[in-house]
Amino acid sequence: MALTEEQLLTLEKRAKSIRETIVQMLVAAGSGHTAGSLGMADIFAAFYFHILNHDPKWPEWEERDRLVLSNGHICPVLYATMAHAGYFPIEECLSLRKFGSRLQGHPDRLVLPGVETTSGPLGEGLSQAAGIAYAFRMDDKMWDIGSPTSDVGLPISKHGRRIYCVMSDGEQEEGSTWEAAMFIGKNKLSNLTAIIDRNNIQIGGMTEDIMPLEPLADKYRAFNWHVLEVDGHNITEFIQAIDEAKTIDEKPTLIIAHTIPGKGVPEIENDYHWHGKVPTDEEGERFLKEIRHD
Amino acid sequence: MKKENDSLKKSAMINPDARMSAKVFADDIEKAPMRDGFGSGAVEAGKADSRVVVLCADVSESTRAEQFQKEFPDRFVEMGVAEQNMAGVAAGMAAAGKIPFIASYAVFSPGRNYEHIRTTIALNQMSVKICGMHAGVSVGPDGATHQMLEDIGMMRMLPNMTVIAPCDAEEARKAIVAAATTDGPIYIRFGRAVTPTFTTSETPFEIGKALLLWDSPVGGGTLKIAILSTGSLGYTALCAARTLAEEGIECVVLHVPTVKPLDTEAVLDVAKRAGRVVTIEEHQVAGGFGSAITEFLSEQYPVPIHRLGIQDQFGQSGQPDELLAHYGLDVLHIADAIRAFIHI
Repeated sequence: MALTEEQLLTLEKRAKSIRETIVQMLVAAGSGHTAGSLGMADIFAAFYFHILNHDPKWPEWEERDRLVLSNGHICPVLYATMAHAGYFPIEECLSLRKFGSRLQGHPDRLVLPGVETTSGPLGEGLSQAAGIAYAFRMDDKMWDIGSPTSDVGLPISKHGRRIYCVMSDGEQEEGSTWEAAMFIGKNKLSNLTAIIDRNNIQIGGMTEDIMPLEPLADKYRAFNWHVLEVDGHNITEFIQAIDEAKTIDEKPTLIIAHTIPGKGVPEIENDYHWHGKVPTDEEGERFLKEIRHD
Repeated sequence: MKKENDSLKKSAMINPDARMSAKVFADDIEKAPMRDGFGSGAVEAGKADSRVVVLCADVSESTRAEQFQKEFPDRFVEMGVAEQNMAGVAAGMAAAGKIPFIASYAVFSPGRNYEHIRTTIALNQMSVKICGMHAGVSVGPDGATHQMLEDIGMMRMLPNMTVIAPCDAEEARKAIVAAATTDGPIYIRFGRAVTPTFTTSETPFEIGKALLLWDSPVGGGTLKIAILSTGSLGYTALCAARTLAEEGIECVVLHVPTVKPLDTEAVLDVAKRAGRVVTIEEHQVAGGFGSAITEFLSEQYPVPIHRLGIQDQFGQSGQPDELLAHYGLDVLHIADAIRAFIHI
């Protein structure tokens, strides 16, 4: 599924539009998380406009791929991307965090079709993604699909549904993340690919000051994962990593995506103070110009 | 002795509709740990529905999850000593169409993994059945760290959560089978000790329904007290009622396996009839079953209530019987407490 030049340009344009929507919705909301949301726009554009097998008009479609957003606080990027993909009207994005809105401060699967899990509390998404991946594998087994070496030549999975879990780097400090990593490694859940948004910041400072995570790749390798590291703003590179993960049958894959928090708005890039802060009206206008200029 | 039996017949009796064991007060009544009902119930539920799966945190022998594991090795998932992940994985499996039962000791699940249950199961409305084993002081020698006394409170506070505390192995089996066919998050509480199996396969069980174990015949004397119990102390409550009846103190025993949602109709009925209520549970009196009854009755039909249970303290090592006696939860102490309460 290599990208053509035209596809890449389209995806990059999508990411830019998503960033604009993120800024608009955060200004309107008056609270929320700016840095991580902007930093993940390229990856979310790649997911919803290229990687995922999904149907925005039929969110409950059984055969869809599942994307579990573990660090629910970056939901502005999820909502903005879903809106641009056609799950709901883009105007609805301005209802973020408002009373009665389907766009809750942290995602609620019961009110917004297309959201796979209610999330926000860190260190829980990987477990849920593991449960989905394990259950799908059980189903494939139950339907007697046969092994990869089967003489019948049937594929290992009837459905081929893939499960993606997006995590933050900060939530690698949660012990339960490692319980899940151990379980997934043990069971070789190769239908699951996890992505860590390695932006090096968390709410109180830089990750390596608060609680050092490195060597992060080695840690996952020690838990029997296949680990890839990419530039999280290079859509081609990210999609290549996703494609490589599909070819690894014996292990789950982790993609450590190095991103710039606040990406697209140079004046806030890499500043951890913008983890949990939103732009004022005035700043918002300025940010939009910077994004369009980028 | 004959005289006592006669007075028993006249004043109060076992509710025949409860279809209890013929040996209910016999010395040779069958006994089993409640978790045996988890093992057999899970196998039964698994046979009836291929979506049923069991996840266990390295305690498959003592929880009896091994019975399911033997029968359905492909639908049993060993989670290791990782209860937080177990809750989340179960939520994910439910999202993918399975009916997961998660089994561990109640101190760890729902104790250790409370917030995971709150977010990924209760708020997320996932049909996961949480089976908390070894609850109560009757866990015995393992001591305070392993004697869960706060689980009913934690679980009944969660929106969307159903809470069931069966009274014996047979009722536990029925609770598991019923949970498998009931949508939504359910917490089921189990004791560790070997206790009399006084209910039978004929005894009615329905989630949300209470069961009269002991009743006063119509036209009998004046009903003095309604004894409401949940979980492992149902049999003790019944024995206490018999003791009191022999003294001419008429009482009614309502066993309430489903703490949430409460069978408010049944609770209200016995409270109205007796005008005085005692609650019995192997759990902190704050926040547990007694609290649930008190909250309901104080708003709907205030009557004097006395809550028997663990009084804001942790447990300790000992044999189940001596611990229950120490904390005032054996027949002797319960009967004493009720006599004192009646004569206030």
